Amino acid sequence: MSDDKAAVTRRWVLVSIGALLNGAVALLVAVPVVGYLLGPIRKKGGYNAWIDLGGVSEFPLGETRLASFVSPGAMPWDGATAKAACWVRRTQEEKFQIFAINCAHLGCPVRWFPQSELFMCPCHGGVYYADGSRAAGPPPRGLFEYEYKVQNGKLLIDGGQMPTLANSASVRKESSACTG
Amino acid sequence: MHWLKQAYDWLEFRLKLEGPVKDTVLHPVPRNTASWWYVFGSASFVLLLLQIATGILLAIVYVPSAGEAWNSLQVLNHQLPLGWFLRAMHGWGSNFMVAVVLIHMCQVFLFGAYKFPRELTWILGVFLLLMTLGMAFTGQVMRFDQDAYWGLGIGASIVARVPFIGGPLVDLLLGGPIIAGPTLTRFFALHVFVIPGMMLGFAALHIWMVVGLGINDWPMPGRIVRRSTYIQEYHELTHKDGIPFVPGAVWKDMIFSAAILAAVALCAVFLGPFGPTGFPDPTIIQTVPKPDFFFLWLYTILSFLPENLETPFILIAPVVGILFLLALPFFAGEGEKSWHRRPIAVLSITVLAVGFAVCEHLGTYTPWSPEMQAWSGDAVPVKYVHAATPLGRQGQIVFQAKQCRNCHMLGGVGGQRGPELDGVATRLTYDQLVRQVLQGGGNMPAYGKNLSPPEVTALVSFLETLHPAGQMPARDASQSYISTGELDPPQK
Repeated sequence: MSDDKAAVTRRWVLVSIGALLNGAVALLVAVPVVGYLLGPIRKKGGYNAWIDLGGVSEFPLGETRLASFVSPGAMPWDGATAKAACWVRRTQEEKFQIFAINCAHLGCPVRWFPQSELFMCPCHGGVYYADGSRAAGPPPRGLFEYEYKVQNGKLLIDGGQMPTLANSASVRKESSACTG
Repeated sequence: MHWLKQAYDWLEFRLKLEGPVKDTVLHPVPRNTASWWYVFGSASFVLLLLQIATGILLAIVYVPSAGEAWNSLQVLNHQLPLGWFLRAMHGWGSNFMVAVVLIHMCQVFLFGAYKFPRELTWILGVFLLLMTLGMAFTGQVMRFDQDAYWGLGIGASIVARVPFIGGPLVDLLLGGPIIAGPTLTRFFALHVFVIPGMMLGFAALHIWMVVGLGINDWPMPGRIVRRSTYIQEYHELTHKDGIPFVPGAVWKDMIFSAAILAAVALCAVFLGPFGPTGFPDPTIIQTVPKPDFFFLWLYTILSFLPENLETPFILIAPVVGILFLLALPFFAGEGEKSWHRRPIAVLSITVLAVGFAVCEHLGTYTPWSPEMQAWSGDAVPVKYVHAATPLGRQGQIVFQAKQCRNCHMLGGVGGQRGPELDGVATRLTYDQLVRQVLQGGGNMPAYGKNLSPPEVTALVSFLETLHPAGQMPARDASQSYISTGELDPPQK
C-alpha cells in the first residue's frame, strides 16, 4: 500500500515537472510576443517626420486652403487611407497656421467656410474661428496645429500621427489657439 | 430501415453520445417555463450561428486590406450572385442579434434569473452582451467606408482621453500612427477570430449551466429565493410538476427562432445590405459620419454632455455600468424574483428603455449637427423675401452667405443646432439680436470679427422682421421710454 502511494507521488512529481516545463516554454515564447503586440506603441513624436505640402506659392496670402499629404508611416496596402488632409492658413508672407483636419472633440473632419471664416464640424457641431481657436460646441480646445517650416520655397509640416487629445499632432505648447 | 439502425448502432458504439444527449434534451423543466417569454436566449444563439455561417461565406470574398476592402464589398454587392443578400443577412442578423440579446437580458433581469444559483450564468451573459456589442462595432469597421473610417477616429479620440496611457492606447487601437491598413487587419482579427471564438466558448458554458442548473422557474410573488432552500424547492418544482424540455418547451424556441430567421431574411431581401457608404479617402472631407443603429445613442450622449463632464463620463460610466451588472447577482442574489414585487427593477428597465429610445431617435436626425449644405442649398422662404426692405434683403444675403442657415432653420428648413428663427424677433429685442450676433454664446460662435458693421445692421434688420403678423416684436420698454418720454400704452 505504501509502495502504491509512493508511486503515485512520483508520478505527480513528474506531472508537475511536465506542467512547469510547459509553463516555462510558454513563458519564453509568449513574452517576446507581448512585444509583438505592443509594437505599434512609439515614443512621443516617434511617428513624425517632415512632410512636404508643396510650394509655398500654392497657398495664397490671407486664405485657408485644404492640403493633403501621404503619411510618412504608410504601408503599401493602406490604399487611400495612407493620405491625410490639413488646413493651411497663410497669415503673412512666411507665417502659417496649419490645422489638423480632425475636430478636437472626437476627430471628425472639420470644414472651412471662408465666407463666415469658421471651421464647422459635421458630427457634433464644434465650431472654430479662423485662427483655430474654439468658437462654440463641445470641443475642449482649439484645433490641433502642426509645426511647420519653410525650406527652399516648400512648406513642410511635422506630422504623421492622427492628432488626438493624447498627442496633439505636433503642437507647440497650446499655440495661439486659446487667446480668446 | 435495418441498415439505418445498424449504422446508428455502429456510430453510437464508438461515439457514446446517446446518454448525455438524452439527459440534456429530456431534463425536466418547470411546467410554466415552457413559455413564449423563454425563447430569447435560444434565438440569440441561433442568430450567433447565422452570423458565423454568413460571416464565413463573406470571408470567402472579403479582402481585409485598407486598400481593397471597400472594392471587395462593391464586388459582393454588385457582381457576385447573391453577394448582396449575404451581406444584408449578415448586417441585419447583427442588428437582430443585438436587439434579441438586449431583450433576453431584460427578460432575465425582470424574471430574477440572475439570482442564486445562476450568478455565473448571468456574469457570462454580461460578457456575451459586451462581445455582441464588440462584434457590432468591429463589424462596422469591416465595412471600411467613410463611416467606418471616421468612426474609428471617434473611437481613437475617446481612447485618447484616458489619462497617462491614452497615447499608447490609441497606437494599440489603430495598430500604428494613423487609421490605415494595420487598423483594419487588427479589427479583422478581432471580428473574425478573437471575439467569435470567445463568444462560442462563453455561449457553450452559458448553455451548459442553463442545462445543469435548470431553467429559471417562473417567478411567483412571494416565492423567495434563499440559498439554503432554493435547490430543494427547484428540485420539487421540476420533478413533481415538471415536463421534459423536449418536446415540452423546445417547440416554442424552434418556432420563434424560425420566425426571427425569417424576419432577418425579409429585412435582407427588402431593405438590402448596409453600405458601404463613401470611399474611405481621408482627404474627402465632405462627409457626415454616423455610427450604426445600435451606437446612435452613444453619438447622442456625446453631443449633449457638457464639455467638462465629457471625459469623466466617457471613461467612468461604462466601467461603473459593467461593474454594476457583474456585481448584481452578488448583492441581489436572494429574495423576491417576481417583477410584481421589484418596483426598482421595473423602473430601471423602463427608464433605461425610454432613455435608449429617445437617444436613438435623436441620433437618427442629429439635431445637434450643423446642416453643412443649408447655407447654399436652402433658399430664404419667399414670403420673407417678398416682404423685405432693401436693407432686409441685404440682411438675408448676409444670413445665407455667412452660413447662419447651417445651424438655424427658417420656414422649417435648415440646421437645428441653434433655435429656429421664424419668430426670433418676438424673443429678442434689436439690441439683444445685435449682441447675440456679435458675441455669440449658448453654442453660437461670436461673429464680431467676421461681420462688418453694415453687415450686422443689415442682418439684424432682417431678423427684426421675423415675427408673426399681428404679433409685436420684442422691445425694450425702458428704451422706448427714454426715446419718447412716455410709458408704453397698455395693450388693448
